[in-house]
Amino acid sequence: MKRAFFLLPLALLFGLLLVFGLGLGRDPKDLPSALIGQPLPSFDLPALEAGQPNLASRALATDGEPKLVNVFASWCTSCRAEHPKLVQLAREGVPIYGIDWKDEPAAGRKYLAERANPFRAVGSDASGRAGIELGVTGTPETFIIDGKGVIRMRHSGPIDDEVWAIKLAPLFAQLQAEAKA
Amino acid sequence: MKKLLILAAMLAFPAGAVEPGEQLADPALEARARALSSELRCVQCQNQTIDESSAPLARDLRVIVRERLAAGDSDEQVLAFVQARYGDFVLLKPPLSAETAFLWAGPFIILAGAGLWLATRKRRDTDTLAPLSAEEEARIEALLGAIRKD
Repeated sequence: MKRAFFLLPLALLFGLLLVFGLGLGRDPKDLPSALIGQPLPSFDLPALEAGQPNLASRALATDGEPKLVNVFASWCTSCRAEHPKLVQLAREGVPIYGIDWKDEPAAGRKYLAERANPFRAVGSDASGRAGIELGVTGTPETFIIDGKGVIRMRHSGPIDDEVWAIKLAPLFAQLQAEAKA
Repeated sequence: MKKLLILAAMLAFPAGAVEPGEQLADPALEARARALSSELRCVQCQNQTIDESSAPLARDLRVIVRERLAAGDSDEQVLAFVQARYGDFVLLKPPLSAETAFLWAGPFIILAGAGLWLATRKRRDTDTLAPLSAEEEARIEALLGAIRKD
């Protein structure tokens, strides 16, 4: 008994090392969204490009198809890294809608003009208010919206092949199946 | 002069990141806004409050806090507005719930555990002190007797 007590600090140390070690692997930016399972908050953003469709939450919620809503900005470097993946997904038929968040509309237009545009519609959220309604903490951030307009997942950070295949694609496929049923 | 400078240094406090243009004209409302801002965590730079942070998103939230106050919201309504969008994480004083129960109770559990350990340890120490045997008493008497004689 005495000997076991003597070993207790050592056991505590290893316990803490384990907890801290696991904590190192976690991304502190990856916060749980308060909006999972909630309907898309209400916003109505002007189109980034004159003459293009605007981006209203009501239209996104009522067309019956699951979709991605991607929050990006021209000043965001991870968005540049993510962009080719979005273009690829759009070519594969995934509906993606864009929110140009806290960005000069002119800079956002230039950003999209310089590369392929994967978005069905892009809303300009220069003030950032729509992003705040969505609980956006930074760019890029992607929401999966189901056919009923309910937010089902939030991904913070760029989407790459691995993130898409492991985290987003399974839920998206399931929602597509639900929407067809 | 030197004393005055030292006094000024002692009275200095963090100024916060609030910019003049953000402030409300009503000092009472502004004071409430400052108090609320120091209870809200900046989601961009997570170890600062929105009152301290100069991150653009923190600024936006400071402005929103002031807008809600100006529109007549109570302090609780303002915090609930931000919490509804960013979750418990933004509240530097998280509410007591099943998820945060351990966070709140943890220090008391550790304190109680340490107290219990100390209490049981002390009792065991007194238990191990056996009374002196007759032989030992006799020996002490003999030694004390020798000292007294000197």
